[in-house]
Amino acid sequence: MTALSTGARARDARAGRLRRKVSENLLAYVFLAAGLACFALFSWYPLVKGVILSFQQDNFVVPPYWVGWDNYRTLFADPLFWTAWKNTLFFTGLALVFGYVLPFFIAVLLNEFRHFRGYFRVLVYLPVMLPPIVSVLLWRYFYDPGNGLFNSILRSVGLPESQWTQSSHTAMISLVLVSTWANLGGATLMYLAALQGIPGELYEAAELDGASIWQRLRHVTFPQMRFIMLVLLLLQIIATMQVFIEPYALTGTSNPDTITVLVLVYRYAFTVNNDFGLAAAMSVLLFVVLGAFSAVYLRLTRNAD
Amino acid sequence: MTLTAPPQTPASAPPVQPAPMKNRKSGEPAVRTLISVVDLRRHRKLYFAVLGVTLVVFALVFLFPLYWMVTSAVKSPAEYAQSTPTLIPQSWHPGTYATAWTNMQIAKYFTNTVFYALGGWLISLLVDVGVAYALSKLKPIFGRVVLGGMLASLMLPPAALLVPAYKAVADVPLVHINLLNTPWALWLPAAANAFNVYVLKRFFDQIPDDLLDAAAIDGAGKLRQLWSIILPLSRPVLGVVSIFIIVALWKDFLWPLLVLQDPDSQTLSVALSRLANTSQVPPTEFMAGLAIASLPMIVVFLIFQRSIIGGLSAGSVKG
Repeated sequence: MTALSTGARARDARAGRLRRKVSENLLAYVFLAAGLACFALFSWYPLVKGVILSFQQDNFVVPPYWVGWDNYRTLFADPLFWTAWKNTLFFTGLALVFGYVLPFFIAVLLNEFRHFRGYFRVLVYLPVMLPPIVSVLLWRYFYDPGNGLFNSILRSVGLPESQWTQSSHTAMISLVLVSTWANLGGATLMYLAALQGIPGELYEAAELDGASIWQRLRHVTFPQMRFIMLVLLLLQIIATMQVFIEPYALTGTSNPDTITVLVLVYRYAFTVNNDFGLAAAMSVLLFVVLGAFSAVYLRLTRNAD
Repeated sequence: MTLTAPPQTPASAPPVQPAPMKNRKSGEPAVRTLISVVDLRRHRKLYFAVLGVTLVVFALVFLFPLYWMVTSAVKSPAEYAQSTPTLIPQSWHPGTYATAWTNMQIAKYFTNTVFYALGGWLISLLVDVGVAYALSKLKPIFGRVVLGGMLASLMLPPAALLVPAYKAVADVPLVHINLLNTPWALWLPAAANAFNVYVLKRFFDQIPDDLLDAAAIDGAGKLRQLWSIILPLSRPVLGVVSIFIIVALWKDFLWPLLVLQDPDSQTLSVALSRLANTSQVPPTEFMAGLAIASLPMIVVFLIFQRSIIGGLSAGSVKG
């Protein structure tokens, strides 16, 4: 009897304390509630909803119902599914060659200059500031096989013209070129910032030991840049695997030469027959792949802090 | 040449000796890079040759496409269609910009985009500053859990959540409202930005509590402390966060494409992509449209380049 009443009283007291704590700090909870609502609606709920959807048949026609693994089975049977992954990996690989390796050497070069440093930086970052669709639509005119800028230039110097986005041989590389032009500035500036953090004494010591420029680059610059290079590698893979605008605006959503994972998601959900379940299943797979890279990235940068 | 530096240079340990001479005869600090200043001086001609070539290549690659966009718009359609393009427009028709502004209804889409960007900026700041202030200074119970949950959302690739997020906007759970084709479909997701919350919270953390205590003794409530002490002290970080919010909203394409399918509600980016595929807009007018869409971002960049470039290199690694 007594034990029960003390227990109840303790519970009451605890509840009272909690209530007092909340009412004292009401403002904090109002602020948090607003933030939590946004995050819940656009991060946590979609995460759960996406997995649920992937096991449902859901179009706007009938109320959603459970279909088990059917969506995944349909996906694996769809030849476009494999094409989309193959294209995405190809795009990612090619974009790494241009958008990851090239900026490194550009940054090393720019870091040696003693003039126009600000000018270079602004120039290389200018395309990054443009709305991506503007870059892509602008390049669509450049790629025009008839009177596009690129073919006009090729013609005037006597080189063979290219079909650019309209031939299956060059379509993907054309997409990568725009994408690189539009995004290379970000990586370059990050490399530049990291290069400026390398203590000059290391280069001096290496030079005193007789290391050539190439050896200094190999044995001083590279090891010093290892961390930022790893971080950028992950960031680039994550970003380029979500490629959408380039194929969407240059080659359309049904071109098997350039269809990518995200374009296929869009196609399933928003063009053909509003198959949200199928699109969600595809998204879940994309999520698993990208999530793995994200986890590594976050772990890396957390440790660095 | 026989001795190469060991591959694993003890990089983390900075030399303890007094700093080597940093200043040469001029006041500018001679930062040592891959190639020594002496070598650069010795090969002056080569240095300037490389510098010159790089300048030209950079201008060609990064500036020329923009020049092309701006000048193609003022050419006459006939001149634009020539098989050998003209570098400098032979005829000037700046009126194309005005035509594009009215014919393509750019005025409407431009206003839409400005409205979305500014509204999203206001709401994001309101929500993110509030959350950051609560987590940093008000210390509610479960604060750490909430912060952890928000930071975990950084791991979610936005592309993989598109479809369920679209469903959530089309029919908001619990309240069952349809936000499609309304500004809220852009504003609310913009506010759910863990990176901004994190940056703001870290800045607020550095503001000493003593300042707030002193204000509290003078009778300032929590809200007043935020308004009169925290916010004025946080101007730099608020500026950087604001720029990033506005630029992100202006540049966004895929999400507005999904949630703003009604042409009247579309952003400039989405409208341009639709017009590119469906309408009979002459190329010169379309180029004018593209130039108008890029202009605000270029202006923002030229004004705030220091913050943008600085924030970029700080943000990438600290995410």
